[in-house]
Amino acid sequence: MEGLYYSESHEYVRVEGNIGIIGISDYAQHALGNVVYVDMPEVDDEVSAGEEFGAVESVKAASDLISPVTGVVVEVNEALEDQPELINNDAYANWIIKVEISDKSELENLMDAKAYAAFCEK
Amino acid sequence: MYKYFPHTDDDLHQMLERVGVDSLDALYADIPEAVRFRKEYNLPEALSEMEIRRLFDTLENYTIGGPLTVFAGAGIYDHYAPSVVQNIIQRSEFLTSYTPYQAEISQGTLHYIFEYQSMMAELTGMDISNASMYDGATATAEAVMMAFANAKKADTVLVSATIDPKVRRVVDTYAKYHGIKIETIPMKDGVIELSTLNSQLSTIEGGVAGVVVQQPNYYGIVEDFTGFADAIHEQKALFIINSIAADLAVLKTPAEWGADIAVGDGQSLGIPMSFGGPGVGYMCCTEKLIRKMPGRIVGMTKDNRDQRAFVLTLQAREQHIRRQKATSNICSNQSLMALYVTIYLSVMGRQGLRDAAELSYGGAHYLCEQLEQTGYFKLKYQQPFFNEFCVTYDGDVDKLLAECADAGFMAGIKIDDHTIMLAVTEQRTKEEIDELVETIKQIREDAA
Repeated sequence: MEGLYYSESHEYVRVEGNIGIIGISDYAQHALGNVVYVDMPEVDDEVSAGEEFGAVESVKAASDLISPVTGVVVEVNEALEDQPELINNDAYANWIIKVEISDKSELENLMDAKAYAAFCEK
Repeated sequence: MYKYFPHTDDDLHQMLERVGVDSLDALYADIPEAVRFRKEYNLPEALSEMEIRRLFDTLENYTIGGPLTVFAGAGIYDHYAPSVVQNIIQRSEFLTSYTPYQAEISQGTLHYIFEYQSMMAELTGMDISNASMYDGATATAEAVMMAFANAKKADTVLVSATIDPKVRRVVDTYAKYHGIKIETIPMKDGVIELSTLNSQLSTIEGGVAGVVVQQPNYYGIVEDFTGFADAIHEQKALFIINSIAADLAVLKTPAEWGADIAVGDGQSLGIPMSFGGPGVGYMCCTEKLIRKMPGRIVGMTKDNRDQRAFVLTLQAREQHIRRQKATSNICSNQSLMALYVTIYLSVMGRQGLRDAAELSYGGAHYLCEQLEQTGYFKLKYQQPFFNEFCVTYDGDVDKLLAECADAGFMAGIKIDDHTIMLAVTEQRTKEEIDELVETIKQIREDAA
């Protein structure tokens, strides 16, 4: 999706001011299948670029969530606690956490929509 | 001597011929001479069936629960189990079946585990139970690991000084290899206090991931945990309560104290004392922690013909994927021992459990009174106790216990040179209690 930054581990980040809105890509939700549980951090937790901050479990797999940026969690998507399947409905509308980004230069290490599309083709 | 061996000389010969060697020694030719055992085996001479029976009859005389009348507890209790428990346990479908690898093919096994879980959840008041664990000590250690995994950064777990020292040793071992720091909550007059806990919670560097207490505690005392849950949860730590399962029939439940995890040993629910094991560990927790709970969980669902079916559920992390991220890699349960508990609970029912617990309580308090009246003993802690208590003795503890054993009583557990801990269950009659007290008086009078 245009305007988003993507990581090789299939997380996206949408940047609004200093806030990074992080979720998993549509490609990732499709590959995982029906999501049954999202393990999320808590508000005020610190996340680091390249490090795990939670996990997504589907009926056929469970995979770590890797943060694309460094920062402090300011909000978690509590709707996912009771309705994890929202991620399958729309992975981009149903983000997982919002992070106050501490170093925007980290975004340069991520892919844009076009590069990510090519990455998924491979 | 060889009449019960399945292989005749002829069988052996045929097998050796088939693999192309001419003797057993030739079959083992690859094993270096240096590592072979060439001495005589240090084994007694063969005995006839009659001699064997006589030998075991003699051994039985040393067995706890045999001729000795048991007034000892410390984690293992002499409760009565209705005959139907042993009777069902002895059925070969249960007794000899190994853990089903294609679990769902064994609906009977999954069904009784489901019933076990349901009853343990009810007994502890918690939302859910797993399918059981090895014993109370390992279940407690697993709960400590859960607390550690649940905490984001905190790496210290506080353990009450009033917990069973055997459980503590297992917890220490697990903690050591998982990088978990264990700190003791000191006791005062046989119990731990909220003020002590509060100061530890606020001063421990790096934060507290969990707090482990025991109820009734190791010394039989029923502790007051008022305010504990709030203080612990304020630190985002988990509150873990270890209890002797049978005692929960009448005590305030772990859920009522605000516990996140309830663990302990289920030996008190229909399992024989044997030589101190096997027991069975139970672990129950809040629904919030279900994905962090180790071990198996059996769930109930419907199959493709809309019939009730039991399945193993939520075991992904432990066994199949992301194993490196699992709280624990324990994959099994203590199934046969859990079956004892299942049958026992279903036969005893709510009232039966209460009756057994109340009789145990009453007996222990009667014994305590009688011992104090002899003038040789004093209740050590002025605290409410359940069916076990500590008394100080004004003589030689070892000598007293040995002489009581000679007279047919296991008169308690030595805590230190001046302290004995005694337990009473519903199996101990008033006559037996009086007899123990009389025996002690006699021992003292003889010595005087």
